[in-house]
This record gives sequence, C-alpha cells and structure tokens, in this order.
Amino acid sequence: MSEKVIIDSLGIGRALSRIAHEIIERNKGTEGLVLIGIRTCGIHLAKRIAEKIREIEKCEVPVGVLDITLYRDDILTKKGHPAVRKTEIPFNLSGKVVVLVDDVLYTGRTIRAAMDEVMDFGRPDMIQLAVLIDRGHRELPIRADYVGKSVPTSKSAMIKVLLSEEGLEDRVILKEEQ
Amino acid sequence: MELKSKDLLDIKSLDREEINLFLDSAESFKEVTGRDIKKVPTLRGKTVVNLFFEPSTRTRTSFEIAAKRLSADVINFSISGSSMSKGESLLDTARNIEAMSSDFIIIRHSASGAPHMLAQCLKSSVINAGDGSHEHPTQALLDLVTIKERKGGIEGLKVAIIGDIAHSRVARSNIYGLTKLGAEVRVAGPPALIPAEIESTGVSVFYNLKEALSDVDVIMVLRLQLERQGKNYFPTTREYARLYCLTAERIRDAKEDVMIMHPGPINRGIEISPEVADGLSSVILEQVTNGIAVRMGVLYLLGGRGEA
Repeated sequence: MSEKVIIDSLGIGRALSRIAHEIIERNKGTEGLVLIGIRTCGIHLAKRIAEKIREIEKCEVPVGVLDITLYRDDILTKKGHPAVRKTEIPFNLSGKVVVLVDDVLYTGRTIRAAMDEVMDFGRPDMIQLAVLIDRGHRELPIRADYVGKSVPTSKSAMIKVLLSEEGLEDRVILKEEQ
Repeated sequence: MELKSKDLLDIKSLDREEINLFLDSAESFKEVTGRDIKKVPTLRGKTVVNLFFEPSTRTRTSFEIAAKRLSADVINFSISGSSMSKGESLLDTARNIEAMSSDFIIIRHSASGAPHMLAQCLKSSVINAGDGSHEHPTQALLDLVTIKERKGGIEGLKVAIIGDIAHSRVARSNIYGLTKLGAEVRVAGPPALIPAEIESTGVSVFYNLKEALSDVDVIMVLRLQLERQGKNYFPTTREYARLYCLTAERIRDAKEDVMIMHPGPINRGIEISPEVADGLSSVILEQVTNGIAVRMGVLYLLGGRGEA
C-alpha cells in the first residue's frame, strides 16, 4: 500500500472557502439556507463551511446532523450493525434550501439514504450536495453541486479524510495498492 | 461490537458491553420516536410475530409499535383463537409460524424457559417478552434506560426493588442488569415472597420497608401477582398494603430526588398509593415511552445478525 497526502491542511481550508463562496453565489445569499452534515466527518465540514459563510456574509446558517444508518440499503445484508446515533435537525426543513455536506462522494448510496431521511423531516425547496472529495465510481445517478477536489481513483484505493476535530492533523490521504 | 446471540432471552447471559449497546441504541431510537414522521425504513420486508400466551397490553402494543416504526410487518397471535387451543404444541405452532417466513418471534409464555426452547429450534430471532417467573429482558432494559436518563448513570446507585420478588420476572431481569452495571440492589417484601438464596445474585434482603428505603436513589415497585401465587403467601391484601404499600410517608426515608418506578399494571392502594403513582417522583409513564425506543433498538440490533 502506498500512501500519499493529496490535500494538506491549507488545501482543505481553501477548498471549504471556495465551497462557501459558491454556496452563497448559487443561492444569491443565505436566505432559507441550512447545512446538514452527514455523520461523522460531514458534521465537522458543515460547521466549518457555516463558519466561513458567517465570516463572508455576517449571518448565521443553521447546521444539522444526519445519521443515515437507519436508511442504508445494505443494513439487512451486512453482518453486524453499525451503531445508530442521533440525527439532530432542530429546525424545520420545509421551504428551505438544504445543503448536504459529506467528506467523500463515492457510490452515491450514502447520499441516496441522506436524501430519503431529509425528506422525512419536511419538504425542502431544494437539496444540494457539497463534498470535499469526489472520487468517482457512482452507482446511482447522483452528482455533487460543490466539490473540493475531484480525485480519480481505482476502486481498490482508499481515501481517508482526517480532521482536527477528531484529534488529527487536517489532511486527505489516498492509499493505493502497488 | 456485535451481539453473541441471535436472540434476546435473558439479561443473565448478557455481558456489560452488550447491555450498554442496547442502552445506547435505545437513546438514538428515542430521537426517532420524537420526529414528526416516526418511521424509518430499516426493517422493510421483515416480519415480526407477536406470540402472546398470557394477557398483555403494554408489552405487546409496545413491540408492535416498535416494529411498525422500523417498517416491519407485524402479526399478532393470541392464545384464544389460535390452534394451541386445539391441542397443538408450542413448538409446532412456532414452526408453522416460521414456515410463513417470520424473522422475529416475540414470545410471552407462562412457562419459564419457553423462549429458550423455541430459540434452539428456530432460525428466527426469538425475543423473550416475559416467561413465567423467569425473566423479562426488555422491561429491564427500558428500566435501565429510564434510570440512566434521569440519574446520568447506573454505577453506584442504590436501588430498592419491593414487593412480590418471588413471582417477578421483572425483578429477576432488573437484578441481573443493575448489578452488572454496578448498582447496589436491595430487595424487600414479606419473607414468603422473597425467594430462597436470592442473596447469591448479589442483592441484600430486607423485610422492613423503612430500612430498605433508607437513602435509596430508585424504588421499583412490583405488582402483587395474585394470579401467579396460587396459594396464600400473606393473610390479606389489606395487611400486605399496611406493611408494604409505597406511600408518600414511606418515600421520605429515600433520597430527596428518588425516582419511583413500576412495570405496570399497577394495583392502586395495594403495592403503591395513588398519590405516589401519580406524584412528581413517579416515572411510570416515562418507562412506557422508553419501552418503544428500547424495543426498536433490540429489533434493530438482532436483525443485523441474520445473514452472513
């Protein structure tokens, strides 16, 4: 396995700044905007984007937390169950523009589950998707609206997003078989 | 972390980590039960069969709601109207139900050990919803969740379980659960209703209610199971009430923030006085609410073990 850093700490900061700007630009401001991070890394990224939006627009964007475990499509076929944790969406989603935030976009199955769960919380006007890394290999017709970096990968490769909120140095690592 | 068994038959055979896994998932499922749309698609296509050979409102309904909120299909069998009344054996009934491809069988039976017997013979996950005077594991789990929620933890708490210990499956399951999680458990009741050698489970025995309640954090009142007793264990229910009914006067010996629990159904004025059952310290209805989240967690966790 070879391991290389594909984005460093500065790079993550820049990518999130750009995503924050793009979100504001696309939605013409922050009116009706909410960010929802997908457990676990997505939450940290959503909070960081909200912080950047606050710096730029001087206004607060609500941040929610989504645990998609109960909506997964492999829950009954995989042996053993991942621990279920709480979804925390303490605001109404009806009529809002929801930006889902996740670290890596891969097959798209997580996002399918996330959209289903968000729909059970209300009827947002629009759902958009922001990811730090898009690594390809989609199995569903899903694409991201905001992408930090597109990284072509082989299916056997592994991408790890490490963040300071988890007690690690900010960086994205690509592990590939030689 | 994975569970060792496909079934939930008792608390006795669970280890501390497994109990905590159940408690943690109950906490997460409680969030689901607070949503506007209280349904998640997790167990879509799975079939849950409620097989109740004893009357039950709370537990059966609670399991049914839990299963439906996970999108499973639920079928209820009750003893009247089943072919058991035509002489079919328990195992034959269960095998027939499984032949209709059930995934979970939830059983309540008056014979201790009935769920264990089924679990050995069936591929479905068997959940014990109370067997004779043996165990009632989901009741203990929901009691533990309720205590943890109020007190922040279980370790080090003083818990008094009072009343008909001998016939109570709720008491047995709670004794195992509480002691495994590090609580100090006392049991109190008339000598005839305290089983011999109960001390071997790590509890202390009291016959005097005042002494038993001194300085406790939690009081669990048990229902006097007159239907199970068969013979006279005490002269009259009036005398029982005079000595063991939990009254407002008696809970003054406990800690000020004591919580009062009862697995239901309550006999007002016999084991608990109405002002205590409806009082501020009572968490009896919270127990019922938590029961749904606990049972959702149990179905979810057991459901994950079915296929390789």
